Amino acid sequence: MAELATGETFPALLEINARLRGSRPAIREKDLGIWQTWTWRQVRDEVRVMASGLAALGLARGDKVVIIGDNRPQLYWAMVAAQALGAVPVPVYQDAAASEMQFVLDHAEARFAVVEDQEQVDKLLEIRPRCPRLEAIVYRDPRGLRHYTQPFLHSLAAIDAMGREHQKEHPEFYDEEAGKAKGSDAAIILYTSGTTGQPKGVVLSFDNIVKIARMSAELEGLSEKDETLSYLPMAWVGDNMFSLGQTYVTGFCINCPESSATVMQDLREIGPTYFFAPPPIFQNILTQVLIRIEDASWIKRRLFHYFMKVARRVGSDILTKKPVPVGQRFLYWLGNLLVFGPLKNTLGFSRMRLVYTAGEAIGPDIFNFFRSIGVPMKQLYGQTEATVFVTVQPNDQVRLDTVGVPCPGVELKLDQTGEVLYRSPGVFKEYYKNPQATAETKTADGWVHTGDAGILDRDGHLKIVDRAKDVGRLENGALFAPKYLENKLKFFPAIKEAVTFGADREFATAMISINLEAVGSWAEKRNLAYTSYSELAQKPEVYDLIKAAVEQVNRDIAQDKDLAGSQIKRFLLLHKELDADDGELTRTRKVRRRFVAEKYADIIAALYGGKDSVHVEAKVSFEDGRSGTLKADLKIADAAVSEAQAPRALAA
Amino acid sequence: MSEAHRRRIGDVVLKVDNISLRFGGVRAITGVSFEIRKGEIFSIIGPNGAGKTSMLNVINGFYHPQEGTITWKGMPRKQMRPHEAAATGIARTFQNVALFKGMSTLDNLMTGRLLKQKGNFITDALYWGPAQREDIRQREVVEKIIDFLEIQAIRKVPVGRLPYGLQKRVELGRALAMEPELLLLDEPMAGMNVEEKEDMSRFILDVNDEFGTTIALIEHDMGVVMDISDRVVVLDYGRKIAEGTPDVVRANPDVIKAYLGVSH
Repeated sequence: MAELATGETFPALLEINARLRGSRPAIREKDLGIWQTWTWRQVRDEVRVMASGLAALGLARGDKVVIIGDNRPQLYWAMVAAQALGAVPVPVYQDAAASEMQFVLDHAEARFAVVEDQEQVDKLLEIRPRCPRLEAIVYRDPRGLRHYTQPFLHSLAAIDAMGREHQKEHPEFYDEEAGKAKGSDAAIILYTSGTTGQPKGVVLSFDNIVKIARMSAELEGLSEKDETLSYLPMAWVGDNMFSLGQTYVTGFCINCPESSATVMQDLREIGPTYFFAPPPIFQNILTQVLIRIEDASWIKRRLFHYFMKVARRVGSDILTKKPVPVGQRFLYWLGNLLVFGPLKNTLGFSRMRLVYTAGEAIGPDIFNFFRSIGVPMKQLYGQTEATVFVTVQPNDQVRLDTVGVPCPGVELKLDQTGEVLYRSPGVFKEYYKNPQATAETKTADGWVHTGDAGILDRDGHLKIVDRAKDVGRLENGALFAPKYLENKLKFFPAIKEAVTFGADREFATAMISINLEAVGSWAEKRNLAYTSYSELAQKPEVYDLIKAAVEQVNRDIAQDKDLAGSQIKRFLLLHKELDADDGELTRTRKVRRRFVAEKYADIIAALYGGKDSVHVEAKVSFEDGRSGTLKADLKIADAAVSEAQAPRALAA
Repeated sequence: MSEAHRRRIGDVVLKVDNISLRFGGVRAITGVSFEIRKGEIFSIIGPNGAGKTSMLNVINGFYHPQEGTITWKGMPRKQMRPHEAAATGIARTFQNVALFKGMSTLDNLMTGRLLKQKGNFITDALYWGPAQREDIRQREVVEKIIDFLEIQAIRKVPVGRLPYGLQKRVELGRALAMEPELLLLDEPMAGMNVEEKEDMSRFILDVNDEFGTTIALIEHDMGVVMDISDRVVVLDYGRKIAEGTPDVVRANPDVIKAYLGVSH
């Protein structure tokens, strides 16, 4: 395996990489239709010039520099150039509105900004009167900025020219400054989006990023031969880990897409070996594949469906090198030749050997599809405050419903409420200028509260079940994680939304709204006539369909000793879909739990009251703004509860 | 429009002097005169059948007027062929998109470079030496336009598969590939939705700003015309009824009459 670089800070690592693999590609960007490459030596020279230019502009130790734009080599260099001078880069989400940027600029006390183009310059000019500390704005792309005459605007080309001048006058300057950086210094401040209240600035040190990068590179065997696509926002901790931390430690090459619209094409052209994407991206890819297959000629369609059946049967086992019968192995080989191979090639997945997904629960369809065609996808669990890595699934223990085991060097524990706590070399320094929040999140001995509730299964795998504040207990003390149950229910195509109840109750119940499209076409195939959503939902056949799903979920969670007590005993199907217009969902389609509990208090009482049905009269808002009343009798059904899993010795 | 922009408008580059165009007994254009100055965005507006497209066709030499002269870059002329117009720096787009539907965006744009391409039969046939270098040089120009118009994602897509708004953008790109001094746009925003219109307006302003290209355009959408034009000429039944800045034209009673009709 190729050597990992051993420096403590990014400027130091850059020098080492320039020496160790100076002529290897460090970063590429597609420009004018061609992938332009910079070697490690070239990157070092660029960073030196840029740092000198920024110094000439007045950037000094301790200053903050906001970085705003798509993933561009120059913006990555600007981060390291700032670090070399002892300044701290603060990347900001490029699609943030000017007012959101204002908070970050103000809070971070940024003196300088390095941005991509006119769009970002315009936003900064808008908020500049309210950000008096902002002294200079440097832009990469001069397009459309010709007539901007503000003296504090500088093109990156001009800064580089200043830098070369500065280098001539002060040849020792860069090395002296860069040499002062220590591993414990603040390397970067990342503002977390913050669903409640103002964003918090997470301060990470060089030690945080570099140690975690080195740990993860060793864990996954990353080396200079790997390639990745840097397409996720620079302001997100993940991109800092993948496109800065790991590339500076291992020396692998990162690739910047031509534009956000071309990411899928760029992915195909680069064919990365290492890739990260949150579940919605994989979902999009899968949907597009399925749509295009439906449009393909019948012979391709038949081949695809036939071999996908083979893949679902044995693909995952072949990926993890488990024994598979020779006949099946041969069929899979044939399928790879005819279907999976070309498909992976079209998607740019041919060379993938490490694929991470994280951020939310991934649907079994998506997960199984990619794994079965030989994409080695696995899940990790991380946080900005942990410098990404908390747990990762080992290659031979990839599962759908866990996020893996703690990474080397990471200690993990659950407190009495079920909240996940961890301690690791990646634990952040502090929230910038917010000691109170720091103290609330990080204990004196370095443990960090994640705010997530989890359970550890028999093999030591962590399962994230819900946000800790939403998790409750049944009357008998069993753990009740509503979102975990609801996610499991929603993975069934027939179920659109589900709301579960159980905290401080005798048992768990669920209110389910069916998916009209999926259940409608299911009903059509069975010649079930219906006139409306509410009528379809009350068909006994549909109740049976959903009952099977609920019982499947019960069987699944019965495997889990902590959750087995919260199996769903009774459920009903709602007469309407939960709707943001009725206030039941947020605009991002999250259930507003408290509101729903109040609005449907009658139904909940009936679920626990032992009745067979409940009469509802509900106000509904129609799309044209009128509202009306809907009357219906909703049946309540019982679901069978599975026995909690027998001890392991018997099961095996 | 900014002051900086106004200051860049130079001398007259195209002078249309007393042009009349007849098709048999039909008078398409009668005695129309106006001047287009270097670096400006000049709009020709008017109700249906006012002679706007005919006027563009006269300017780029597709129609030959029976009377009047056109002075292009100081050279007065009565007749000019479209290819001569193209060779001397006039490019245009069409009301109905006129791209090569089966060819990719990139290839369509490359056709815009044909007039600028140097080469000889032998090296071109062998695609060797100078021919290859020439091709790379032309591709670079085209790639800059692709970047400028933000159409990287459709570089290799056959244009027939693109939505209408994007086809219009590709057509603008092909005209730009000729590096024209005068760009004629025939209803660049016809049939577009609001967002596509906004995009196109921005590109027209950017082209004018970035390359200093003089632009003459025909457009129905009055809002767009008034927003982006430096000067406007109004035609009605083949005659010029008004000329001036958008504000002046908007206030002109004849224009209001031509557009809204008049109660008797």
